[in-house]
Amino acid sequence: MKYLKTTPAKCKGVRACEKACARTINKSDDPAKSAIRVTAKDGVFEINVCNQCGACIDICPVKALSRNKQGVVMLDRKLCVGCLMCVGYCPTLSMRTHPDLREPFKCIACGACARACPEQALEIAEK
Amino acid sequence: MDVNKVFEYTRYLDGIEKMKAAHVVLAEYAYTPSLPEKGYTNRTLHVDLSTMKISEKKVDEAMKKTFTGGRGFGLKYLWDAIKPTTKWNDPENDIIISPGPICGITQYPGAGKSLVVTLSPITNIPIDSNVGAYLGPLLKFSGFDALEIQGKATEDVIVVLEGVKGRVTIERAPLESVNSHVAAEQFTHEYAADEADRRNVSVASAGQAAEHSLIGCLNFCYYDVRRKVTRLKQAGRGGIGTVFRDKHLKALVVHGPQVKGDMNRPADLGRVQRAGVKLHREMHDFDDKMCTMRKVGTTNIVSVMNAYDLLPVMNFQYGSHPDAKHIDKTTWIRKFTQGIPDGCWYGCSMACAHGVDEFALRTGPYQGHKVIVDGPEYETAAGCGSNCGIFDPHWVIECNFYCDTYGIDTISFGTITGFVMECWQRGILDKERTGGLELTWGNGEAQLEMMHQMARGEGFGAQYAGQGVHRMKTMFADNGWGDRQLLDDIALEGKGLEQSEYMSKESLAQQGGYYLTNKGPQHDEAWLIFMDMVNNQIPTFEDKAEALYYFPMFRTWFGLNGLCKLPWNDIEPGDNRTANTPQEAAKVPEHVQNYVDLFSGVTGREITKEEIIAMSERVYQFQRVFDLRMGKGTRQYDKAPYRAVGPVTREEYESRQERYDKQLTDWMKVDPAGKSTEEKMALHRAYREDRYQKLVDAVYKRRGWTENGIPTLETLRRNGIDFPEVVAAVKPHLK
Ligand code: SF4
Ligand code: SF4
Repeated sequence: MKYLKTTPAKCKGVRACEKACARTINKSDDPAKSAIRVTAKDGVFEINVCNQCGACIDICPVKALSRNKQGVVMLDRKLCVGCLMCVGYCPTLSMRTHPDLREPFKCIACGACARACPEQALEIAEK
Repeated sequence: MDVNKVFEYTRYLDGIEKMKAAHVVLAEYAYTPSLPEKGYTNRTLHVDLSTMKISEKKVDEAMKKTFTGGRGFGLKYLWDAIKPTTKWNDPENDIIISPGPICGITQYPGAGKSLVVTLSPITNIPIDSNVGAYLGPLLKFSGFDALEIQGKATEDVIVVLEGVKGRVTIERAPLESVNSHVAAEQFTHEYAADEADRRNVSVASAGQAAEHSLIGCLNFCYYDVRRKVTRLKQAGRGGIGTVFRDKHLKALVVHGPQVKGDMNRPADLGRVQRAGVKLHREMHDFDDKMCTMRKVGTTNIVSVMNAYDLLPVMNFQYGSHPDAKHIDKTTWIRKFTQGIPDGCWYGCSMACAHGVDEFALRTGPYQGHKVIVDGPEYETAAGCGSNCGIFDPHWVIECNFYCDTYGIDTISFGTITGFVMECWQRGILDKERTGGLELTWGNGEAQLEMMHQMARGEGFGAQYAGQGVHRMKTMFADNGWGDRQLLDDIALEGKGLEQSEYMSKESLAQQGGYYLTNKGPQHDEAWLIFMDMVNNQIPTFEDKAEALYYFPMFRTWFGLNGLCKLPWNDIEPGDNRTANTPQEAAKVPEHVQNYVDLFSGVTGREITKEEIIAMSERVYQFQRVFDLRMGKGTRQYDKAPYRAVGPVTREEYESRQERYDKQLTDWMKVDPAGKSTEEKMALHRAYREDRYQKLVDAVYKRRGWTENGIPTLETLRRNGIDFPEVVAAVKPHLK
């Protein structure tokens, strides 16, 4: 299964990933519209992003969430009713919302963030 | 379990094309579809089945301000539609379905409810019933804040609302079934374009038994995309399904647009989203530790009620039974399919709408069919189970199924069956009088047969049981079958409506919670048993009166807005009990704030927690005046049958003798030693009935009513409902 592998120890808090992600998945420069989030805690950076566990798939009332051929959990906006149950039930709190957006959004393991990261803290991997 | 499992159900789709082709359009109305703006579409739809006329009404700001929506709109339209002399089966009686401004948001649990209001056949006063499934939201997203159905067709018809096309029709539809599990499936398949479109169709229907009884419920359906089957939710109480069938309505079909998260066009989507995610997270973190609603729904309380001697057993004689374990959550967790998102509307992470899948029926016209049974919920397990001495889950499930498909209110049916079984126990009924039905405690088959009789319109079931306990007790007494006083004492009804399924004997506040209600003894106004009896948090008459002011007003608000009560307090924030005093914790302050955010976020009208109460009180007081206008609504109609207040019979007393004797000492300062059971019962009765009357006095005072239960002119003015007609309705009673 394809997923975004993170190495927080390498992260220097550049946050290029957030910008790249927001631009790719939401056509926005607003980091609040990024599926990947970097936070600083006691001088250490934490990276929060979907690990493709798939817990959200069974929560969705309309089957808008499913795995694609690579095993990545994809959200079908056409089916989605924007109920945000998947957001509340995500074990790692990696399903995101934004008040401008009717549907939630998540990491699609496209690798845009990994390409933008100058520290090689991110990579697309298989598990 | 595998959430994508393919379930095998009996299907009713053979000849579906032929059925659809047999429809004849009798009337047609075109309109321009529109989405709500900040929760309101600002218009409602009116269908007159006598004249076959379809029209629209405007909703103005004054109406929204006074009545908010939902039950408020329903009561307002009903008031305008009928006269004080109107009877439930007069053509002018109106069925109003109204979802309310918050209804249809998908982000917060419990936001898909509609309120159905009509003049009840069982009480002859307005009834309001809160129902899930998709019809209300789809009605609103098709362009209407409410739908009224007035008049009476001369033959069976359906009303179809095509909310994308902007077309309303009245059609003759002769071939589809009347019974709801079949009708819901057939009409959903007829009007949806394809599988993906089925979730955009919702059907309201009653059933055969609704035609031949006064306790008919109305089923709303939704299409379950995982199980690929239609599911039913009920506007259960007060005989709405009976009125529906009396109007010769076979079904109401609403085909709306595909739902999205912003269809209400809320003023502040982010505010609604934040409240929703917060509650979903609470559900994720605490439901397993709190009520396990996601696993067993409301049946989680069967064992709790049994443990506290509060579960109705054998017509509310007793509060617990050793066999209750067979119908408690340990059974339902196995019977309900686990792991499917079972919300009755999108976004309900509380997901209590469980079902028994592939259930094989043993009796009746669908014998041998494999069906999904929606439920049982607590009320059904208690009412049709323990209250009838039935502890075999099979019969509870089968009874649940047939109640739904025949269009029967499971609560009334459970209380009715308990009553007739006790009449059998006491020799008031026998085989000859029931035409052969052996109504002994625990006889699930006899209970089912009584219902099949209701559906066929024959026998004891239709002639007596379907008329409800209020009429039955008079009929039995008139037939010379039993003592009137005893019948009055053991018939659990108020204002004509059967009581719902909690024991109130040891909670004075709950006696008020049941019998000081507008529509009759239904627990949706106030459920105070734990606060009162178990935790002793409202000890004085004034405390109880305050609770019987606050909670009915607060809970009315759910019905004004299209919300479900359960996500309010069947889940709590983790710190609710530590951050608040017990009395405050019972209100779940953080969730009340969520409701402030939802209302303000949707409508753009900033409100406070206090305004929630004010909005509700306007409608609540209006409904009380409406009762008065229809000839009830005075003190004599707020009476409680003695079974709800204390031990009626020797067996009841002696089964809890220790408790009752102790109460004699503690409450009445009487030494029970040397007294006969009859003497002690008489002391209890005098004490308990007097205590109830004192509670009535305190509650009336707190609600701004006279000693006879009439809202004063000052109360009407304070609530801004001192309209000439309303004042005219109370004036004669104020002299
Ligand atoms: S927000 Fe969309 S994807 Fe998430 S659970 Fe709801 S419908 Fe499914
Ligand atoms: S809690 Fe249950 S009844 Fe209420 S909205 Fe959710 S699923 Fe429906």
